[in-house]
Amino acid sequence: MNSLKLSGRHLLRIADLSTDEIMGLINTAERFLEISEREIKKVPTLRGKTVVNLFFEPSTRTRTSFEIAGKRLSADVINISVQASSVSKGETFKDTVLNIAAMRPDVIVVRHSSPGAALYASQIAGCSVINGGDGAHAHPTQALLDLMTIHMHKKRFENLKVSIVGDILHSRVARSDINALSRLKADITLCAPPTLLPKRSEVFGARVTHSIEEAVADADVIMMLRIQQERMAQGLFPSLREYAEYFCLTPKVMEKAKKDVIIMHPGPINRGVEISAEVADGPYSLILYQVTHGVAMRMAALYLLCVGEG
Amino acid sequence: MSGILIKGGRLIDPASGIDGLMDILMEEGKIAAIEPNIEAKGARVIDAKGLIVAPGFIDLHVHFREPGHEYKETIETGARAAVAGGFASVCCMANTQPANDNGTVTSLIVEKARKAALARVYPVGAVSKNLDGQELAEIGEMKKAGAVALSDDGRCVLNPRLVRSAMEYGSMFGLTVVEHCEDSSAKGGAINEGEVSARFGIKGMPATAEDSIAVRNIVISEYISLPVHIAHISTKGAVEAVRAAKAKGIKVTCEVTPHHFTLTEKELENFDPDFKMSPPLRAEDDVRAVKEGLKDGTIDCIATDHAPHAAWEKEMEIDKAPFGVVGLETALGLSLKLVEEGVISLTGMISLLTNRPARIFNLPGGSLKKGAPADIAVFDQEREWKVEPDEFFSKGKNSPFRGWTLKGKNLLTIVGGRVVFNPEKL
Repeated sequence: MNSLKLSGRHLLRIADLSTDEIMGLINTAERFLEISEREIKKVPTLRGKTVVNLFFEPSTRTRTSFEIAGKRLSADVINISVQASSVSKGETFKDTVLNIAAMRPDVIVVRHSSPGAALYASQIAGCSVINGGDGAHAHPTQALLDLMTIHMHKKRFENLKVSIVGDILHSRVARSDINALSRLKADITLCAPPTLLPKRSEVFGARVTHSIEEAVADADVIMMLRIQQERMAQGLFPSLREYAEYFCLTPKVMEKAKKDVIIMHPGPINRGVEISAEVADGPYSLILYQVTHGVAMRMAALYLLCVGEG
Repeated sequence: MSGILIKGGRLIDPASGIDGLMDILMEEGKIAAIEPNIEAKGARVIDAKGLIVAPGFIDLHVHFREPGHEYKETIETGARAAVAGGFASVCCMANTQPANDNGTVTSLIVEKARKAALARVYPVGAVSKNLDGQELAEIGEMKKAGAVALSDDGRCVLNPRLVRSAMEYGSMFGLTVVEHCEDSSAKGGAINEGEVSARFGIKGMPATAEDSIAVRNIVISEYISLPVHIAHISTKGAVEAVRAAKAKGIKVTCEVTPHHFTLTEKELENFDPDFKMSPPLRAEDDVRAVKEGLKDGTIDCIATDHAPHAAWEKEMEIDKAPFGVVGLETALGLSLKLVEEGVISLTGMISLLTNRPARIFNLPGGSLKKGAPADIAVFDQEREWKVEPDEFFSKGKNSPFRGWTLKGKNLLTIVGGRVVFNPEKL
């Protein structure tokens, strides 16, 4: 475990990591999993380190996951939720980051609705920055925990058939997953209505289909994405009902799937919209394991950024 | 003092077809003589050996932010940046606070420009009251106060009925409508819709948003036989539409900015707001089409869309930062790159900065004919310099060309026979 050190000071996007670093993070996280199963779920590794969760967007899962990860490593973790209110009071993102940075944390985890926000924070903060999700750009720790989950069940990435289904256009998770999986030579299929795919989606080098049956048919991994009701108001699809009719992962659609397929979802799920309750709770679903793995992966990220030795 | 004599330079005046080693004499604010060898007693003599002497440049599109946003730029600082860049005349857009939608604001701009006594600053009046696209602004009043064209620039006039009315009503005063072509499909976007927006999850502004309005305006222009000018053209589709329209004899003209013929959307991969402007930097195909348009004459002039902002306003998330970049002090160097690349000739470049824009708004200047206003730029085509925005005369430091080395620098600007820029004391 001690042989790995991240070459960068920050964790901003998958593209900044080498494949060795990606695999190193996965291996480290897999070893950290055990800590969460102990009776005393705490090791002293990051004692004296300060981690600030600086969240400009509401988030339960990611924030809690980072908080628990930091605490299990004995770091001091502080959560700051900057609602739109503080910005409306006139403080800019830059000033907020500089003020937090002036309190000398070791790591700032930034979650923000604007793409590039974490990168900008890393340029001015003077400490390590982890991107906890920036707009539709990137969510590297989510992609890493997704990879970890796939790795634990499939043991490989090369030529693995992965279908990503849902709102690709607005999804930072999809972008980070695509980036990571294509680097590891997985075979990716994107499935969405054309209105929820970016123009020029061919840049992802993935197969594109509008049929969920087709996406599911020969997949080893199915990654579902959350659909947001506000996209309806933007004229991107007519109704949740019609969306579900064509893109919901139901037991009927699953009849087409391989018997050893695994199903993932970054949450929060909309039961009956993009995934039916039976499938979400069914035997192929790893959705809650992803959450468990998320803590271990964030422990690995914090550990390697703060300590990581060669 | 009786006049200025510039000796020994290579004088290029596309309007009169002159290109050669000529002296030029100015008296009483007008061009008095152009001959190979002039001796004029009592005139101030400026040695322009090895330099190019051209009509002072004309920029149909700048934002000087006064009244209302003087912290970004004032008419004086803007005019200072203009003359530093070789521009003797600039046309400032109406999106001030309050907007230039009435004669009072127009007069204020004219008065501030007169006091600054640097470049000629011509106000562009708003098409609609408060630029809200509903009712016509007081066009006649603005004309009387000095407006030279009409535009809601920064915004597009989405209502086709209103844009037609502005063209028709404005024609009574000889005012051309200038359109920022952008339909509502670009709303909320920060960069071009294309490879970078797909890859980096930044909301895109499709090229079709520009194309559709350009085509709409061409159709209206043809229907009512009145001119329309398309601001900052940036897409292949719009260039093709203008080319086809001109072939049919439709009275459409257009301008391109140096950033649109120099940079592509690729620059946005680092989310740097200094590369954010509207229309956005486009794809390589579009840049190629724009250069083709410059080459074959489809594009009528180079305009900067100089849009200064305070540094703190640009130090912002990419989707929250304001649109716009400064351009007056880098336009010449970037235009000369086109000459070096062989896209246009040096004479062609000067024409795109002088007589051709002058013709679109019927402005004085843009030529060195005897009796024309003594507006002159003298530049060194070979001088290399590093772009350091902190040294700009403009208050705006938001240049996408920070750190670039450009070849070609303006050294002297004369407006109405007065030397208004001469840092090296030629």
